[in-house]
Amino acid sequence: MARSRDLRPGYSRRAQYGIFTGYVITVAGLVAGLVALGVSFYNPGAFAWLRGPASEVAAPVGEASAATRRSGAGLIAAINAWFEAGHQNLAMAREIAAARAASASARATADENRRLKALLGIIDPAAPPIATARLIGSTAASARRYAVIDAGTARGVHEGQPVRGAAGLIGRVVEAGRNTARVLLVSDAANVVPVRRASDGLPGFVQGTANGRIAIRLLTMGNNPLHPGDVFTTSGSGGIYPPGIPVAVVSAPRRDGAEGQLAADPAASDYVIVLPVYQAAAVEAMAASVKAGGPPIKDDN
Amino acid sequence: MVPAPRLASGTDAARRRPINRAPLPWLAAGLPWVSIMVLSLVPFSPVIASAPVMPPLGLMALLGWRMLRPSFLPVWAGLPLGAWDDLFSGQPFGSGIVLWSVAMLAMEVIDERFLWRGFVQDWLAAIALLSTYLVLAAGIAGLAAGYPLPLTIGPQWLVTIALFPLVNRGVALLDRVRLLPLRKL
Repeated sequence: MARSRDLRPGYSRRAQYGIFTGYVITVAGLVAGLVALGVSFYNPGAFAWLRGPASEVAAPVGEASAATRRSGAGLIAAINAWFEAGHQNLAMAREIAAARAASASARATADENRRLKALLGIIDPAAPPIATARLIGSTAASARRYAVIDAGTARGVHEGQPVRGAAGLIGRVVEAGRNTARVLLVSDAANVVPVRRASDGLPGFVQGTANGRIAIRLLTMGNNPLHPGDVFTTSGSGGIYPPGIPVAVVSAPRRDGAEGQLAADPAASDYVIVLPVYQAAAVEAMAASVKAGGPPIKDDN
Repeated sequence: MVPAPRLASGTDAARRRPINRAPLPWLAAGLPWVSIMVLSLVPFSPVIASAPVMPPLGLMALLGWRMLRPSFLPVWAGLPLGAWDDLFSGQPFGSGIVLWSVAMLAMEVIDERFLWRGFVQDWLAAIALLSTYLVLAAGIAGLAAGYPLPLTIGPQWLVTIALFPLVNRGVALLDRVRLLPLRKL
């Protein structure tokens, strides 16, 4: 046990000013911290420029520890493999022989499938998908909902093209770089998708609410005919999205529409398909006529 | 039993040190800062948890150094160290600066009020400061996320309290490393 130091430094002016300056800096720092905190509340991404480089600098720490974890697991696996090498080798040789036979018959089946599909016309030969890509990132720090895919202009991806996953619509391309493209997700508030109910074609549109859910609004007035579980697919109007892609499922009917869940959660779909614009000529013509018509007339309401 | 010397100066420090040796100046001055900053990097450690269970090791080290060497860290140390912690903790930027600065000021008050403190009193002071920190930090994070999350800090709080003496011990070990007589005069 020791006595705390005495804060009064006697008659030394220098020491007194030193202590005083220390407190001034502390309180100034406190105020600066409160300001930074306020800015962080109003704009959570405000200090991302600072956090990004800091994470880059510290990333080797995380990578090194992750690599240690991985190589540790790899070491144990290697030791295990040493003991199991003999009968594993035998089993694999047997498996390869079986797989060769299976692959030959699979090739025959695939051939047959292709012919049958061409016969049925399931794949629209006029509009094959442009690219298959992987969702490689999204904006977690921002309230806007963008995702990044690993295909760009080098593979024919251009602005405006719709993107879908296996389960349904993901969004549309808004910026295309050479090897990556930025996708505006359906859950973004700026993305409006024309839809219709799958069962009876009831028209409406879907708009994101930026919190992972979406709002479904109907074009018809009157009684709200929506029920939980109703599936909405793209209607093809607007000319961007091809018809028939699942978009949303109604989860809670509201007075003027419904709150819905996305048919394809972007977090759960890793591979996506970039499709061509459904009616590219019509979309271009419409954009041109809007441009020729000049700015829209101001509404008073 | 003779209690361990708190200040490595005076007679007992001179007894062990050859007269032509001194501590390395950069090590003696830098190790506390570096150790606190390294412990703030805990989010990049291999422990990946879905709930907050890791104690705030950076702040605990700061308090440990502040208690072991009351005059080493300046009062404003919470400003740079808290800002560093904010970069990695995932809290909204600014919360570390505010809370760490407040902790340093509170330590000044504790120094003034309780002149004679032992291990238990230091631990109690740290419990009070760290509990306040955890509750306020969870509150700030809850405000930023849009919903309050007060009940999830229970396990973290227990781990923090139990681990503080250990961190204190580690700081004391680092203090001995810091003052190793490595420089030849």
